[in-house]
Amino acid sequence: MALLEVKDLQVEFPLGRKTLKALHGVSFSLEKGERLGIVGESGAGKSVAAFSILNLLTRPGRISAGEVRFEGRDLSKLSADEMRQIRGNRISMIFQDPMMTLNPVLTIGTQMIECLKAHRDISDKEAKELAIARLRDVMIPSPEKRMDSYPHELSGGMRQRVVIAIALLTDPSIIIADEPTTALDVTIQAEIMSLMLDLCKTNNVGLILITHDLAVVSQVTEKMIVMYAGRIVEQGETQDIINNPKHPYTRGLIKALPQENLPGARLNQIRGSMPSLDAIPVGCAFNPRCDFADENCCKNLPELAGPIAHQAACTKIDTLPEFTAVGARK
Amino acid sequence: MSELAHSPLVEIENVEQRFGGSSGFLSPSQPLVKALNSVSLTINKGDSFCLVGESGCGKSTLARAVIGLNPPTAGHIKYQGNRIDNLSTRERQPYTRKMQMVFQNPYASLNPRMTVAQTLQEPLQIHFPTMSRAEIEAKVEEVMLSVGNDPSWLERYPHEFSGGQRQRISIARALMLDPEFIVADEPISALDVSIQAQVLNVMMEAQESRNLTYLFITHDLSVVEHFGNRVAVMYLGTVCELADTKNLFATPRHPYTQALLSAVPKMDGSGVNHVKMSGEVPTAMDLPSGCVFHTRCPYANDRCKREIPKLKDNGDTQTACFAVEEGRL
Amino acid sequence: MNKMAVFLGSDFVYRFKKDKVALVSFSLVVTLILAALLAPVIAPHNPYDLTTIDIMDSELAPIWTDGDTDERFLLGTDPQGRDLLSTILYGMRISLVIGIFAVMLQAFLGVTIGLLSGYIGGRVDAFFMRLADIQLSLSTLMVAIITLAVFQAAFGAELYSELAIFMLVLVIGIAEWPQYARTVRASVLAEKHKEYVDAARVIGMAPKRIMLRHILPNTLSPILVISTIQVANAIISEAALSFLGLGMPVNKPSLGSLISSGFEFIFSGSWWITVIPSIVLIMLILSINLLGDWLRDVLNPKLYKD
Repeated sequence: MALLEVKDLQVEFPLGRKTLKALHGVSFSLEKGERLGIVGESGAGKSVAAFSILNLLTRPGRISAGEVRFEGRDLSKLSADEMRQIRGNRISMIFQDPMMTLNPVLTIGTQMIECLKAHRDISDKEAKELAIARLRDVMIPSPEKRMDSYPHELSGGMRQRVVIAIALLTDPSIIIADEPTTALDVTIQAEIMSLMLDLCKTNNVGLILITHDLAVVSQVTEKMIVMYAGRIVEQGETQDIINNPKHPYTRGLIKALPQENLPGARLNQIRGSMPSLDAIPVGCAFNPRCDFADENCCKNLPELAGPIAHQAACTKIDTLPEFTAVGARK
Repeated sequence: MSELAHSPLVEIENVEQRFGGSSGFLSPSQPLVKALNSVSLTINKGDSFCLVGESGCGKSTLARAVIGLNPPTAGHIKYQGNRIDNLSTRERQPYTRKMQMVFQNPYASLNPRMTVAQTLQEPLQIHFPTMSRAEIEAKVEEVMLSVGNDPSWLERYPHEFSGGQRQRISIARALMLDPEFIVADEPISALDVSIQAQVLNVMMEAQESRNLTYLFITHDLSVVEHFGNRVAVMYLGTVCELADTKNLFATPRHPYTQALLSAVPKMDGSGVNHVKMSGEVPTAMDLPSGCVFHTRCPYANDRCKREIPKLKDNGDTQTACFAVEEGRL
Repeated sequence: MNKMAVFLGSDFVYRFKKDKVALVSFSLVVTLILAALLAPVIAPHNPYDLTTIDIMDSELAPIWTDGDTDERFLLGTDPQGRDLLSTILYGMRISLVIGIFAVMLQAFLGVTIGLLSGYIGGRVDAFFMRLADIQLSLSTLMVAIITLAVFQAAFGAELYSELAIFMLVLVIGIAEWPQYARTVRASVLAEKHKEYVDAARVIGMAPKRIMLRHILPNTLSPILVISTIQVANAIISEAALSFLGLGMPVNKPSLGSLISSGFEFIFSGSWWITVIPSIVLIMLILSINLLGDWLRDVLNPKLYKD
């Protein structure tokens, strides 16, 4: 059985007069030590999916159906106390903004030791040693000194390293990272990504990486999910999807990247924009933006189909033209 | 595009920008920030000139200095040979018609209390007070159509639009006065991938049909490679490499450019393999002596710590680096 | 017509309809304001018409009590023999007029100074904000009491009673401008750095036009919120000053002077002359404040609860 299994997860936000549905039945699984990327544009529901795993949805959002099985237990049914034993212990979370995790008025050391003592029965001294070892793992120079620093004394890249160190502190089996490098510069992003990749591999930790950046996903993950308007439109092995995307939306996303086009030429754009949650089209949600859509696409909702290693939710896969790479990948 | 006319349009000469440093009446003193250090660049007519660098490198500061939002502390900015950095709002009017700007954040760059029509009519009302209402409306509609916007948007308010649509409205506003030169400060970095392509296409089409010159600020090197013909790489308020885009991507010389290029994530399945830089990123409040990059540069020696390198031609590109000059790379 | 339909369908109206406190306080404010405005029509007597007042009717109790009552006077009469209900209606009119005009003056001064301070910054800002600090360190009532007392002494009680209404508007208006100036300045500072202001500057717009056309409209919601609270405060200040004998004269009483005039009789059993106007004042102030709180919650999306 998979380590984490999300089955038909549905999330809704009751807002005054109307109830908005953010996830319409999302299913995926993660094996031990596996790295999964969830890709989509803003409004696709990728963060909602990740947050609902740990029951971190902002009110009034709630899971309306489906289950999240972690080591056999349904996380969506746990009490707040039981959830706390999982969150930050068995499953850690890394946010886009490191200050979501770090308390600005406590030193790095205090926060790390507190986090350890909340989940482990160990002495202050052991906790401190472990914390320093973790800071060393994330390549923070002179970790003993950094234990006494406050978060504001560190640069953005260093703060995110500290957050990763905290996430690894309790030897979790899964780390969920929500756009962990989006706010950082490219050179720092590369450093943090290679660090996360190494640490996950050496400690055999599972990773769920939420991002809008296809290139980052292709570098770090083994499996990926492409989301659109609260549904999974394509899932499978990362390299397979990147090299041979099946769904017109995934293809559009890849073809729209500047590096996938000849310099100076018009970019292949997807017309229109992601529908808002209260105006999701009938049938395939992508149909108004799709070049291949026909009457059937505007009426019936396509299901994910194909071998489990690479599925797409499109009824027209067989009739689509061959995908060819141009630009830098040619 | 740039081959047609090689006459300089905008010249930036030894521009420096300092912020803070002095204490005001009953207000505490602030640390001195050296945001730009003797930056010189020439943007030719028809260029898509890209300024690229990481946060805090001064690229936006330079853009704001060029467009006149923050006049530089020292140095000159010339437009077609005339100094424009020391003009008052009134004296600047003939140039504001020719120089416009597109901003980064589509959610903040449109006044939330004004309809799209009001926003787009305003530049015309200010610069052409004699224009009739009908003429203004016709012009607004023409520009809206030219950037692919539906004229039915005009009576609506900004909050009714998505980020990409708002950015296209901002581009329309910048085009209202038929400018020659547009400064675009990270115009697509707040947008989703599929929308980025739409906005970039609109900008490229506008350039072709209107003979525009762009100063394009970005941190995204793949956009530079696609969009720009000239590029300047900035680090801590200093230009470290200046080149034709093709040459820069083919043969990056400066160690920082090399590190930057290697850090761009690629989809070819090669994984993460970037050039590792040592040390922490210094800030503009506490500039390193000598070459600003020496604290993180794997090739730095004593000379780099003492002397400030100047931009020198080395065939393909211009670099400000002693290691390149001395052939130590 | 169309705009009305859009407004009625808006979130603002929806939230209003769902909030009982807002509904009740809004209807109370509207009722009281209407009653005050229509005082000449609905009041059974005219308290300013001396010919209709008979001193023999003085201190009659409200009709539901056991004391001396008269069916002509629903809420009884005051020491001069005026019908209390009519006097309250006319008094509320004066209180509201002073409150609203004083707030308009405050808003005019405060918004102008706040806009200039926030937009220009530097010395102008430092000067006005220090001035505001000084003004705030003296309480409104203290300033008002001193000014009005000096004025009363200098011009005599007769001229004073004629000009009282203007003086109160002026004093309360000037004393409270810093509230507006600070609020407006804070939102100008926030708006000034937004890109749409930069865009206006890039277009070559003059600072005056940027301030009035771009920044001011975006600071309106906090102005609206503090305006409701300031109207309530101004009415309270007026009532307090009148109670101290520095406000409206007895022949043209506001709610404050009415409460004050009844105060001497409270121990002789004529409680209604003080208590009934007090209840009206409390209802008025409370409902304005509750409405203001509700407005603040709705107009500030960061505080969205539910």
